[in-house]
Amino acid sequence: MTKEEIIEKVNSVLAEEFEVEESVITPDAVIKNALELDSLSLVDLVALIDQEFGVKISNAELPTIKTFADLYTYIESHQA
Amino acid sequence: MARRVVITGMGIWSCLGTNLETVCESLYKGKSGIIYDPVRKEMGFRSALTAKVEMPNLKGLVPRNQRVYMAEEAQYAYMSTLEALKNAKLDQDYLDNNVVGLLFGNDSTADAVVKSVDKMREYKDTAMCGSGAIFQSMNSTVTMNLACLFKLRGINLTVSGACASGSHAIGLGSILIRDGFEDMIVCGGAQEVNPFSIGSFDGISAFSTREDAPEKASRPFDRDRDGLVPGGGAATVILEEYEHAVKRGAPILAEICGYGFSGNGDHISTPNVAGPSRSLQLALEHAGMGIKDIGYINAHATSTHVGDTQEAKAIYGIFGDSGVPVTSTKGQTGHEMWMAGASEIVYSMLMMKNNFIAGNLNFENPDEDSAKLNIVAKTTEAHFDTFLSNSFGFGGTNSTLIVKNL
Repeated sequence: MTKEEIIEKVNSVLAEEFEVEESVITPDAVIKNALELDSLSLVDLVALIDQEFGVKISNAELPTIKTFADLYTYIESHQA
Repeated sequence: MARRVVITGMGIWSCLGTNLETVCESLYKGKSGIIYDPVRKEMGFRSALTAKVEMPNLKGLVPRNQRVYMAEEAQYAYMSTLEALKNAKLDQDYLDNNVVGLLFGNDSTADAVVKSVDKMREYKDTAMCGSGAIFQSMNSTVTMNLACLFKLRGINLTVSGACASGSHAIGLGSILIRDGFEDMIVCGGAQEVNPFSIGSFDGISAFSTREDAPEKASRPFDRDRDGLVPGGGAATVILEEYEHAVKRGAPILAEICGYGFSGNGDHISTPNVAGPSRSLQLALEHAGMGIKDIGYINAHATSTHVGDTQEAKAIYGIFGDSGVPVTSTKGQTGHEMWMAGASEIVYSMLMMKNNFIAGNLNFENPDEDSAKLNIVAKTTEAHFDTFLSNSFGFGGTNSTLIVKNL
Protein backbone atom coordinates (compact mmCIF):
# COMPACT_ATOMS: atom_id res chain seq x y z
CA MET A 1 0.00 0.00 0.00
CA THR A 2 1.08 3.60 -0.55
CA LYS A 3 1.49 5.94 2.42
CA GLU A 4 -1.68 7.75 1.42
CA GLU A 5 -3.64 4.50 1.24
CA ILE A 6 -2.33 3.50 4.66
CA ILE A 7 -3.34 6.86 6.17
CA GLU A 8 -6.83 6.67 4.70
CA LYS A 9 -7.45 3.10 5.85
CA VAL A 10 -5.94 3.60 9.32
CA ASN A 11 -8.10 6.65 9.94
CA SER A 12 -11.23 4.92 8.72
CA VAL A 13 -10.87 1.66 10.68
CA LEU A 14 -9.74 3.36 13.88
CA ALA A 15 -12.56 5.91 13.76
CA GLU A 16 -15.07 3.11 13.35
CA GLU A 17 -13.65 0.75 15.96
CA PHE A 18 -13.05 3.36 18.64
CA GLU A 19 -16.15 5.39 17.78
CA VAL A 20 -14.49 8.75 17.23
CA GLU A 21 -14.81 11.32 14.44
CA GLU A 22 -12.10 10.99 11.78
CA SER A 23 -11.39 14.67 12.36
CA VAL A 24 -9.68 13.90 15.68
CA ILE A 25 -7.21 11.66 13.88
CA THR A 26 -4.41 14.01 12.78
CA PRO A 27 -0.75 13.09 12.23
CA ASP A 28 0.51 14.84 15.36
CA ALA A 29 -2.36 13.78 17.62
CA VAL A 30 -1.39 11.38 20.43
CA ILE A 31 -3.15 8.08 19.72
CA LYS A 32 -3.97 7.23 23.33
CA ASN A 33 -5.69 10.56 23.88
CA ALA A 34 -7.48 10.86 20.56
CA LEU A 35 -8.93 7.35 20.77
CA GLU A 36 -9.35 7.40 24.57
CA LEU A 37 -7.33 4.22 24.94
CA ASP A 38 -6.41 2.58 28.21
CA SER A 39 -3.96 -0.30 28.65
CA LEU A 40 -6.64 -2.84 27.71
CA SER A 41 -7.93 -1.10 24.61
CA LEU A 42 -4.35 -0.78 23.34
CA VAL A 43 -4.61 -4.55 22.83
CA ASP A 44 -7.54 -3.90 20.48
CA LEU A 45 -5.51 -1.34 18.53
CA VAL A 46 -2.71 -3.86 17.97
CA ALA A 47 -5.20 -6.58 17.00
CA LEU A 48 -6.96 -4.29 14.56
CA ILE A 49 -3.74 -3.20 12.84
CA ASP A 50 -2.68 -6.83 12.58
CA GLN A 51 -6.04 -7.83 11.13
CA GLU A 52 -6.28 -4.96 8.63
CA PHE A 53 -2.65 -4.61 7.56
CA GLY A 54 -0.99 -7.88 8.53
CA VAL A 55 1.42 -5.89 10.67
CA LYS A 56 1.91 -7.01 14.27
CA ILE A 57 3.21 -4.32 16.63
CA SER A 58 5.30 -6.02 19.32
CA ASN A 59 4.92 -5.14 23.01
CA ALA A 60 8.49 -3.84 22.95
CA GLU A 61 7.88 -1.45 20.09
CA LEU A 62 4.39 -0.28 21.07
CA PRO A 63 5.63 2.47 23.46
CA THR A 64 7.55 4.06 20.57
CA ILE A 65 4.34 4.62 18.58
CA LYS A 66 2.89 7.73 20.17
CA THR A 67 1.28 9.70 17.35
CA PHE A 68 -0.71 8.65 14.30
CA ALA A 69 2.28 9.73 12.19
CA ASP A 70 4.37 7.17 14.11
CA LEU A 71 1.73 4.55 13.35
CA TYR A 72 1.52 5.30 9.61
CA THR A 73 5.33 5.11 9.38
CA TYR A 74 5.46 1.86 11.35
CA ILE A 75 2.87 0.19 9.13
CA GLU A 76 4.55 1.41 5.97
CA SER A 77 7.96 0.11 7.01
CA HIS A 78 6.66 -3.24 8.27
CA GLN A 79 4.47 -4.17 5.34
CA ALA A 80 5.17 -7.62 3.97
CA MET B 1 -36.91 -7.93 65.65
CA ALA B 2 -36.44 -9.91 62.42
CA ARG B 3 -35.46 -7.94 59.36
CA ARG B 4 -37.86 -8.15 56.44
CA VAL B 5 -36.91 -8.23 52.77
CA VAL B 6 -38.95 -6.34 50.22
CA ILE B 7 -38.92 -5.77 46.48
CA THR B 8 -38.59 -2.09 45.63
CA GLY B 9 -37.93 -2.22 41.90
CA MET B 10 -38.07 -4.50 38.86
CA GLY B 11 -36.84 -4.48 35.30
CA ILE B 12 -37.11 -6.86 32.37
CA TRP B 13 -35.63 -7.49 28.91
CA SER B 14 -37.54 -10.41 27.49
CA CYS B 15 -39.02 -11.89 24.34
CA LEU B 16 -42.35 -10.58 25.66
CA GLY B 17 -41.07 -7.02 25.75
CA THR B 18 -38.22 -4.79 26.81
CA ASN B 19 -40.01 -3.03 29.65
CA LEU B 20 -42.51 -3.97 32.35
CA GLU B 21 -45.52 -2.35 30.67
CA THR B 22 -45.08 -4.17 27.37
CA VAL B 23 -44.38 -7.46 29.10
CA CYS B 24 -47.49 -7.09 31.24
CA GLU B 25 -49.58 -6.56 28.14
CA SER B 26 -47.96 -9.55 26.41
CA LEU B 27 -48.67 -11.75 29.42
CA TYR B 28 -52.28 -10.63 29.55
CA LYS B 29 -52.84 -11.16 25.84
CA GLY B 30 -51.20 -14.58 25.76
CA LYS B 31 -48.54 -13.42 23.32
CA SER B 32 -45.81 -15.89 22.36
CA GLY B 33 -42.19 -14.86 21.89
CA ILE B 34 -41.21 -18.05 20.04
CA ILE B 35 -39.99 -18.14 16.43
CA TYR B 36 -38.40 -20.49 13.94
CA ASP B 37 -34.76 -19.54 13.28
CA PRO B 38 -33.57 -20.99 9.94
CA VAL B 39 -29.90 -20.33 10.81
CA ARG B 40 -30.12 -23.08 13.41
CA LYS B 41 -31.24 -25.56 10.78
CA GLU B 42 -28.17 -24.71 8.69
CA MET B 43 -26.04 -25.27 11.77
CA GLY B 44 -27.41 -28.78 12.22
CA PHE B 45 -29.94 -28.23 15.00
CA ARG B 46 -32.66 -30.79 15.52
CA SER B 47 -34.98 -27.93 16.50
CA ALA B 48 -34.72 -24.43 15.09
CA LEU B 49 -37.18 -23.02 17.62
CA THR B 50 -36.11 -20.21 19.96
CA ALA B 51 -37.45 -17.15 21.71
CA LYS B 52 -36.74 -13.96 19.82
CA VAL B 53 -35.03 -11.39 22.03
CA GLU B 54 -34.19 -7.91 20.79
CA MET B 55 -30.53 -6.90 20.99
CA PRO B 56 -30.21 -3.67 22.93
CA ASN B 57 -28.15 -0.79 21.54
CA LEU B 58 -25.82 0.37 24.27
CA LYS B 59 -24.11 3.02 22.16
CA GLY B 60 -24.63 6.29 23.93
CA LEU B 61 -25.35 4.48 27.19
CA VAL B 62 -22.03 2.75 27.76
CA PRO B 63 -18.69 4.01 26.37
CA ARG B 64 -16.97 1.77 23.81
CA ASN B 65 -14.12 0.80 26.16
CA GLN B 66 -16.61 -0.60 28.67
CA ARG B 67 -18.97 -2.04 26.11
CA VAL B 68 -16.27 -4.38 24.77
CA TYR B 69 -16.44 -6.34 28.04
CA MET B 70 -20.14 -7.02 27.59
CA ALA B 71 -21.45 -9.99 25.67
CA GLU B 72 -25.14 -10.44 25.01
CA GLU B 73 -26.21 -11.52 28.49
CA ALA B 74 -24.46 -8.59 30.19
CA GLN B 75 -26.14 -6.18 27.78
CA TYR B 76 -29.59 -7.59 28.56
CA ALA B 77 -28.81 -7.41 32.28
CA TYR B 78 -27.68 -3.81 31.94
CA MET B 79 -30.97 -2.82 30.36
CA SER B 80 -33.16 -4.67 32.86
CA THR B 81 -31.13 -3.19 35.72
CA LEU B 82 -31.48 0.33 34.32
CA GLU B 83 -35.25 -0.09 34.42
CA ALA B 84 -35.23 -1.64 37.90
CA LEU B 85 -33.05 1.09 39.40
CA LYS B 86 -35.25 3.78 37.87
CA ASN B 87 -38.40 2.14 39.20
CA ALA B 88 -36.79 1.80 42.64
CA LYS B 89 -35.97 5.53 42.57
CA LEU B 90 -32.24 4.84 42.78
CA ASP B 91 -29.94 7.16 40.87
CA GLN B 92 -26.18 6.93 40.39
CA ASP B 93 -25.70 9.48 43.15
CA TYR B 94 -27.38 7.09 45.59
CA LEU B 95 -25.25 4.16 44.42
CA ASP B 96 -22.09 6.26 44.77
CA ASN B 97 -22.92 7.09 48.37
CA ASN B 98 -24.40 3.83 49.64
CA VAL B 99 -23.16 0.26 49.62
CA VAL B 100 -25.42 -1.82 47.38
CA GLY B 101 -24.81 -5.46 46.56
CA LEU B 102 -25.17 -7.48 43.36
CA LEU B 103 -26.20 -11.12 42.94
CA PHE B 104 -27.09 -12.24 39.45
CA GLY B 105 -27.79 -15.68 38.06
CA ASN B 106 -25.82 -16.73 34.98
CA ASP B 107 -24.46 -20.10 33.95
CA SER B 108 -22.90 -19.72 30.49
CA THR B 109 -20.96 -17.44 28.17
CA ALA B 110 -20.75 -19.71 25.15
CA ASP B 111 -20.79 -17.14 22.35
CA ALA B 112 -17.87 -15.18 23.81
CA VAL B 113 -15.80 -18.33 24.26
CA VAL B 114 -16.53 -19.51 20.73
CA LYS B 115 -15.51 -16.13 19.27
CA SER B 116 -12.20 -16.13 21.23
CA VAL B 117 -11.34 -19.69 20.25
CA ASP B 118 -12.14 -18.95 16.61
CA LYS B 119 -9.69 -16.02 16.70
CA MET B 120 -7.01 -18.16 18.32
CA ARG B 121 -7.44 -20.88 15.72
CA GLU B 122 -7.47 -18.44 12.83
CA TYR B 123 -4.52 -16.27 13.84
CA LYS B 124 -2.50 -18.51 16.20
CA ASP B 125 -2.12 -15.30 18.23
CA THR B 126 -4.07 -14.82 21.45
CA ALA B 127 -3.86 -11.03 21.23
CA MET B 128 -6.36 -11.27 18.37
CA CYS B 129 -9.06 -12.23 20.86
CA GLY B 130 -9.29 -8.59 21.81
CA SER B 131 -9.34 -6.83 25.17
CA GLY B 132 -12.93 -7.73 25.99
CA ALA B 133 -12.75 -11.46 25.42
CA ILE B 134 -11.66 -12.72 28.83
CA PHE B 135 -14.22 -10.55 30.62
CA GLN B 136 -16.98 -11.72 28.29
CA SER B 137 -15.97 -15.34 28.65
CA MET B 138 -16.22 -15.79 32.38
CA ASN B 139 -19.44 -16.93 34.03
CA SER B 140 -19.29 -13.89 36.27
CA THR B 141 -19.33 -11.56 33.26
CA VAL B 142 -22.74 -10.16 34.15
CA THR B 143 -21.91 -9.21 37.72
CA MET B 144 -18.42 -8.07 36.71
CA ASN B 145 -19.85 -5.62 34.26
CA LEU B 146 -22.84 -4.41 36.25
CA ALA B 147 -20.74 -3.86 39.37
CA CYS B 148 -18.32 -1.67 37.45
CA LEU B 149 -20.91 0.18 35.37
CA PHE B 150 -23.15 1.00 38.34
CA LYS B 151 -20.25 1.27 40.81
CA LEU B 152 -21.77 -1.24 43.21
CA ARG B 153 -19.67 -1.93 46.27
CA GLY B 154 -21.51 -4.63 48.20
CA ILE B 155 -21.56 -8.37 47.55
CA ASN B 156 -20.41 -8.96 43.97
CA LEU B 157 -21.18 -12.49 42.88
CA THR B 158 -22.69 -14.60 40.12
CA VAL B 159 -24.92 -17.47 41.14
CA SER B 160 -24.67 -20.50 38.89
CA GLY B 161 -27.34 -23.09 39.49
CA ALA B 162 -28.43 -24.02 36.01
CA CYS B 163 -32.10 -23.20 35.42
CA ALA B 164 -32.51 -22.23 39.07
CA SER B 165 -29.77 -19.58 38.94
CA GLY B 166 -32.02 -16.52 38.89
CA SER B 167 -34.22 -17.85 41.69
CA HIS B 168 -31.27 -18.76 43.90
CA ALA B 169 -29.80 -15.28 43.33
CA ILE B 170 -32.95 -13.71 44.77
CA GLY B 171 -33.19 -16.26 47.57
CA LEU B 172 -29.58 -15.84 48.64
CA GLY B 173 -29.98 -12.08 48.38
CA SER B 174 -32.93 -12.26 50.76
CA ILE B 175 -30.83 -14.22 53.29
CA LEU B 176 -27.99 -11.68 53.18
CA ILE B 177 -30.39 -8.81 53.78
CA ARG B 178 -32.40 -10.63 56.45
CA ASP B 179 -29.21 -11.48 58.32
CA GLY B 180 -27.92 -7.91 58.24
CA PHE B 181 -25.09 -8.23 55.72
CA GLU B 182 -26.63 -5.82 53.23
CA ASP B 183 -29.47 -3.32 53.16
CA MET B 184 -29.98 -3.52 49.43
CA ILE B 185 -29.01 -5.98 46.70
CA VAL B 186 -29.56 -5.83 42.96
CA CYS B 187 -30.62 -9.38 42.11
CA GLY B 188 -31.57 -11.01 38.85
CA GLY B 189 -30.85 -13.51 36.13
CA ALA B 190 -29.48 -13.30 32.59
CA GLN B 191 -29.38 -15.70 29.66
CA GLU B 192 -27.67 -15.58 26.27
CA VAL B 193 -29.90 -16.59 23.34
CA ASN B 194 -27.40 -17.41 20.59
CA PRO B 195 -27.23 -20.84 18.91
CA PHE B 196 -23.80 -21.73 20.35
CA SER B 197 -25.09 -21.49 23.89
CA ILE B 198 -27.63 -24.28 23.47
CA GLY B 199 -26.40 -26.33 20.52
CA SER B 200 -25.35 -29.18 22.76
CA PHE B 201 -28.64 -28.93 24.64
CA ASP B 202 -30.44 -29.39 21.33
CA GLY B 203 -28.11 -32.32 20.77
CA ILE B 204 -29.66 -34.35 23.57
CA SER B 205 -33.07 -34.00 21.91
CA ALA B 206 -34.47 -31.84 24.69
CA PHE B 207 -36.20 -29.33 22.47
CA SER B 208 -39.65 -29.36 20.90
CA THR B 209 -39.65 -30.06 17.18
CA ARG B 210 -43.07 -28.54 16.56
CA GLU B 211 -41.44 -26.34 13.92
CA ASP B 212 -44.57 -25.97 11.79
CA ALA B 213 -46.21 -24.02 14.63
CA PRO B 214 -43.52 -22.27 16.71
CA GLU B 215 -45.99 -20.44 18.96
CA LYS B 216 -47.62 -23.74 19.88
CA ALA B 217 -44.40 -25.58 20.63
CA SER B 218 -43.89 -24.62 24.27
CA ARG B 219 -46.82 -26.25 26.03
CA PRO B 220 -46.09 -26.87 29.73
CA PHE B 221 -48.29 -29.50 31.37
CA ASP B 222 -50.08 -30.25 28.10
CA ARG B 223 -50.53 -33.90 27.19
CA ASP B 224 -48.92 -33.37 23.76
CA ARG B 225 -45.82 -31.49 24.85
CA ASP B 226 -42.64 -32.69 23.15
CA GLY B 227 -39.82 -30.69 24.68
CA LEU B 228 -38.74 -27.23 25.69
CA VAL B 229 -37.97 -24.14 23.64
CA PRO B 230 -34.88 -22.14 24.65
CA GLY B 231 -35.26 -18.45 25.46
CA GLY B 232 -33.45 -15.71 27.34
CA GLY B 233 -32.82 -12.06 28.09
CA ALA B 234 -32.54 -10.64 31.60
CA ALA B 235 -34.59 -9.65 34.62
CA THR B 236 -33.66 -7.54 37.65
CA VAL B 237 -35.30 -7.42 41.05
CA ILE B 238 -34.12 -4.90 43.66
CA LEU B 239 -34.26 -6.37 47.15
CA GLU B 240 -34.16 -4.06 50.15
CA GLU B 241 -34.50 -4.25 53.91
CA TYR B 242 -38.01 -3.13 54.81
CA GLU B 243 -37.23 -0.32 57.30
CA HIS B 244 -34.51 0.94 55.01
CA ALA B 245 -37.02 1.12 52.16
CA VAL B 246 -39.56 2.94 54.31
CA LYS B 247 -36.96 5.46 55.44
CA ARG B 248 -35.85 6.03 51.84
CA GLY B 249 -39.41 6.55 50.68
CA ALA B 250 -38.95 3.69 48.23
CA PRO B 251 -41.85 2.10 46.41
CA ILE B 252 -42.51 -1.10 48.37
CA LEU B 253 -44.01 -3.68 46.05
CA ALA B 254 -43.89 -7.02 47.83
CA GLU B 255 -42.07 -9.08 50.42
CA ILE B 256 -39.86 -12.12 49.95
CA CYS B 257 -41.39 -14.31 52.64
CA GLY B 258 -39.85 -17.66 51.91
CA TYR B 259 -36.89 -19.25 50.18
CA GLY B 260 -36.73 -23.01 49.99
CA PHE B 261 -34.07 -25.00 48.24
CA SER B 262 -32.79 -28.52 47.86
CA GLY B 263 -30.72 -30.87 45.78
CA ASN B 264 -32.16 -34.06 44.29
CA GLY B 265 -29.02 -36.14 44.84
CA ASP B 266 -30.17 -38.12 41.83
CA HIS B 267 -29.90 -38.01 38.03
CA ILE B 268 -28.14 -35.11 36.34
CA SER B 269 -31.03 -34.23 34.04
CA THR B 270 -34.09 -36.19 35.15
CA PRO B 271 -35.72 -34.67 38.21
CA ASN B 272 -37.25 -36.75 40.98
CA VAL B 273 -40.25 -35.74 43.09
CA ALA B 274 -38.67 -35.76 46.54
CA GLY B 275 -36.16 -32.98 45.84
CA PRO B 276 -38.59 -30.41 44.42
CA SER B 277 -41.12 -31.36 47.10
CA ARG B 278 -38.60 -30.54 49.80
CA SER B 279 -37.85 -27.20 48.14
CA LEU B 280 -41.55 -26.30 48.17
CA GLN B 281 -41.98 -27.57 51.72
CA LEU B 282 -39.01 -25.61 53.03
CA ALA B 283 -40.22 -22.43 51.36
CA LEU B 284 -43.60 -22.77 53.07
CA GLU B 285 -41.93 -23.47 56.43
CA HIS B 286 -39.54 -20.57 55.99
CA ALA B 287 -42.47 -18.30 55.21
CA GLY B 288 -44.47 -19.66 58.12
CA MET B 289 -47.27 -20.37 55.66
CA GLY B 290 -49.63 -23.20 54.83
CA ILE B 291 -50.94 -24.26 51.47
CA LYS B 292 -54.06 -22.14 51.91
CA ASP B 293 -51.91 -19.00 52.02
CA ILE B 294 -50.67 -19.41 48.45
CA GLY B 295 -52.89 -17.70 45.88
CA TYR B 296 -50.98 -18.68 42.73
CA ILE B 297 -48.18 -21.03 41.77
CA ASN B 298 -45.81 -20.08 38.95
CA ALA B 299 -44.47 -23.49 38.05
CA HIS B 300 -41.06 -24.26 36.62
CA ALA B 301 -42.66 -26.59 34.03
CA THR B 302 -40.61 -26.31 30.85
CA SER B 303 -42.75 -28.40 28.48
CA THR B 304 -40.70 -31.58 28.84
CA HIS B 305 -42.44 -34.85 29.48
CA VAL B 306 -40.62 -35.94 32.55
CA GLY B 307 -39.96 -32.51 34.07
CA ASP B 308 -43.55 -31.31 34.02
CA THR B 309 -44.78 -34.69 35.31
CA GLN B 310 -42.46 -34.70 38.29
CA GLU B 311 -43.31 -31.14 39.21
CA ALA B 312 -47.05 -31.80 38.89
CA LYS B 313 -46.60 -34.72 41.30
CA ALA B 314 -44.59 -32.56 43.70
CA ILE B 315 -47.16 -29.76 43.67
CA TYR B 316 -50.07 -32.16 44.07
CA GLY B 317 -48.27 -34.00 46.84
CA ILE B 318 -48.16 -30.80 48.88
CA PHE B 319 -51.17 -28.81 47.72
CA GLY B 320 -53.49 -31.73 47.08
CA ASP B 321 -56.96 -30.75 45.92
CA SER B 322 -56.70 -27.21 47.32
CA GLY B 323 -57.33 -25.87 43.82
CA VAL B 324 -54.57 -23.28 43.93
CA PRO B 325 -54.21 -21.87 40.39
CA VAL B 326 -51.08 -23.04 38.62
CA THR B 327 -49.50 -21.92 35.37
CA SER B 328 -46.12 -21.94 33.71
CA THR B 329 -45.31 -18.74 31.86
CA LYS B 330 -42.82 -20.74 29.80
CA GLY B 331 -45.67 -21.45 27.36
CA GLN B 332 -45.24 -17.85 26.23
CA THR B 333 -41.52 -17.26 26.82
CA GLY B 334 -39.91 -20.61 26.31
CA HIS B 335 -37.37 -21.69 28.91
CA GLU B 336 -35.36 -18.66 29.94
CA MET B 337 -32.92 -20.87 31.85
CA TRP B 338 -30.47 -18.85 33.97
CA MET B 339 -32.82 -15.85 33.71
CA ALA B 340 -36.03 -17.75 34.43
CA GLY B 341 -35.96 -17.74 38.21
CA ALA B 342 -35.78 -13.96 38.22
CA SER B 343 -37.98 -13.24 35.21
CA GLU B 344 -40.75 -15.45 36.55
CA ILE B 345 -40.78 -13.44 39.76
CA VAL B 346 -41.26 -10.36 37.55
CA TYR B 347 -44.03 -12.01 35.50
CA SER B 348 -45.80 -13.19 38.68
CA MET B 349 -45.43 -9.74 40.24
CA LEU B 350 -46.97 -8.12 37.17
CA MET B 351 -49.93 -10.48 37.40
CA MET B 352 -50.31 -9.92 41.12
CA LYS B 353 -50.19 -6.16 40.83
CA ASN B 354 -52.56 -6.12 37.86
CA ASN B 355 -55.09 -8.65 39.12
CA PHE B 356 -54.85 -11.33 36.47
CA ILE B 357 -53.40 -14.75 35.88
CA ALA B 358 -51.99 -15.18 32.38
CA GLY B 359 -53.28 -18.39 30.86
CA ASN B 360 -50.82 -21.27 30.60
CA LEU B 361 -50.32 -20.96 26.87
CA ASN B 362 -51.00 -24.08 24.78
CA PHE B 363 -52.51 -26.01 27.68
CA GLU B 364 -55.19 -27.75 25.62
CA ASN B 365 -55.35 -31.24 27.11
CA PRO B 366 -54.11 -32.30 30.54
CA ASP B 367 -52.21 -35.49 31.13
CA GLU B 368 -52.76 -37.83 34.07
CA ASP B 369 -50.73 -35.70 36.47
CA SER B 370 -51.52 -32.18 35.31
CA ALA B 371 -55.22 -33.06 35.36
CA LYS B 372 -55.01 -33.10 39.15
CA LEU B 373 -53.88 -29.48 39.26
CA ASN B 374 -55.95 -26.35 38.70
CA ILE B 375 -54.06 -25.18 35.60
CA VAL B 376 -55.42 -21.92 34.29
CA ALA B 377 -55.62 -22.28 30.53
CA LYS B 378 -56.92 -18.86 29.55
CA THR B 379 -56.11 -15.46 30.99
CA THR B 380 -58.38 -14.80 33.95
CA GLU B 381 -59.05 -11.71 36.02
CA ALA B 382 -57.96 -12.85 39.46
CA HIS B 383 -56.73 -11.31 42.65
CA PHE B 384 -54.07 -13.02 44.70
CA ASP B 385 -51.78 -11.66 47.40
CA THR B 386 -49.18 -14.39 47.68
CA PHE B 387 -47.47 -16.49 45.03
CA LEU B 388 -44.99 -19.31 44.99
CA SER B 389 -42.44 -19.65 42.20
CA ASN B 390 -40.43 -22.79 41.39
CA SER B 391 -37.19 -23.10 39.48
CA PHE B 392 -35.44 -26.42 39.03
CA GLY B 393 -32.19 -27.10 37.22
CA PHE B 394 -29.85 -29.73 35.85
CA GLY B 395 -27.89 -31.48 38.52
CA GLY B 396 -31.04 -31.51 40.61
CA THR B 397 -30.83 -27.99 41.99
CA ASN B 398 -34.17 -26.70 43.25
CA SER B 399 -35.28 -23.26 44.37
CA THR B 400 -38.66 -22.02 45.56
CA LEU B 401 -39.56 -18.45 46.44
CA ILE B 402 -42.70 -17.21 48.16
CA VAL B 403 -43.65 -13.56 47.61
CA LYS B 404 -46.39 -11.58 49.36
CA ASN B 405 -48.11 -8.47 48.08
CA LEU B 406 -47.62 -5.28 50.08
